[in-house]
Amino acid sequence: MTGSFRRLCSEAGLLSVFASRAIRGVLRRPLELREIAHQVFEIGWRSLPLVMMSGLAIGVVLSMHTRATMERFGAEALIPTALAIALLSETGPLMTGLLVAGRVGAGLGAELGGMKITEQIDALESLAVDSFHYLAVTRVVACMIALPILTTVMNFSGLIGGYLAETVISDVSLRVYLGQAFQGIAFADYILPTVKTTVFGFIIGTVSSYLGYTATGGSEGVGRASTRSVVLSSMLLIVVNVVLVRIIQMWLRDRTL
Amino acid sequence: MSRSVQAIRFESVSKSFDGRNVLDDVSFDVPRGTACCVMGRSGTGKSVTLKLLMGLLKPESGRIYVNDRELAGLSSRELVATRKTMGFLFQYSALFDSLSVAENVAFPLRRHTRMTDGEIQASVRERLAEVGLENELDKMPLELSGGMRKRVGLARALALKPSVLLVDEPSSGLDPITTLEIDNLLMGLKAANQTTMVVVTHNVPSARRIGDKLVVLHEGHIVMQGKAEELDKSKHEVVRQFMESAEGG
Repeated sequence: MTGSFRRLCSEAGLLSVFASRAIRGVLRRPLELREIAHQVFEIGWRSLPLVMMSGLAIGVVLSMHTRATMERFGAEALIPTALAIALLSETGPLMTGLLVAGRVGAGLGAELGGMKITEQIDALESLAVDSFHYLAVTRVVACMIALPILTTVMNFSGLIGGYLAETVISDVSLRVYLGQAFQGIAFADYILPTVKTTVFGFIIGTVSSYLGYTATGGSEGVGRASTRSVVLSSMLLIVVNVVLVRIIQMWLRDRTL
Repeated sequence: MSRSVQAIRFESVSKSFDGRNVLDDVSFDVPRGTACCVMGRSGTGKSVTLKLLMGLLKPESGRIYVNDRELAGLSSRELVATRKTMGFLFQYSALFDSLSVAENVAFPLRRHTRMTDGEIQASVRERLAEVGLENELDKMPLELSGGMRKRVGLARALALKPSVLLVDEPSSGLDPITTLEIDNLLMGLKAANQTTMVVVTHNVPSARRIGDKLVVLHEGHIVMQGKAEELDKSKHEVVRQFMESAEGG
């Protein structure tokens, strides 16, 4: 028990050091813009089909649940607004974070773990390249850029899904539906939860890079790094989300008062 | 400041992992333009020696000099500058598997030179021609055989025309003919460019061909260093076993 606790503390400490190094790396110039652009493509563009499909499905399901509830109170007209609030404030950002943690976290953990095991990271260093700046920092920055964009796509896909579900029951037009959806929503309701996903991106990028960087033990170690990347980044993301939601709520309340 | 004769100096270097001494008070030097082959059984710290030389690992004690500069005293900027004068051929080549053969060789040129795309392409062709792979530019590392990967790794290590070349097990996993080809390449390089080399190997015939000097490591210590003929005359059991084992194969 003491041994496990000590290992956990040691791992948390090392991860914190890695994270602070990543933050310093993000602020250091010059950034590896070419590699960042490549990673935004790999992480962002290649996640689009998953995010869009999930968004559509979530929109349909949320719309069905919302209708079932609203019908009881005769408030069917509020369905688009309720759906938009649910999507923009929480479902969209959190689901995007978890989906990217699954797809990208596993990929980054395995990719960097594989590079570590096959000495490609040492090869970068031997070619006089700062491997941390080139591999870890670029992936962290790319995750931080990609997450808000993917969240916006998820939100929009969710609304389209909700609209599609509505068209089965009513003949509302897309224009009217979207008009109703955005009726009770301020810009801050969209921007704050979306911007918070940059923190999710930082968590996913840092945790996955750290576990990939510290992978040991051949292909089994790479597999372990990949799995742990998904589990740890998802867990951290959910916990940190609680704090971020509280901060956003306080900020919004202060502004309204 | 005048340059010393030695390109590489290892002074009383010790390195341990998890409390196990891999290198213990190891000292040797390599004169400029010569090749030193470090031999020894698996796990005796040969590859660690190379990684210490490249600054990928730090010694617990002792000093390491490359081209008269002590690695421990270098700032990260200076270490980068020193590494640009060195090349490293890894045991399993360590090619970037997401890049093609040409992109692997071009990588250091793109990073560290102001060459135009055309100049880079010409230089890549030249380096690959030197290792006999000028027709494999667009292949991916996974499509290559072990020997071809080694040669691409060598071309990449030579891209910046280093004055010091570190080579880890150039013949491991290769057939005798390919081994001979790689050995000839390394000897040709040394003769043509006066490149200083440290070659880690447990292939004694290879070491005899390439090395001006051989160093035998055993359990973290150097048991003998000198020319192949001197090692042949040694009565030290480990050296004798090592040198005689090669005669059979």
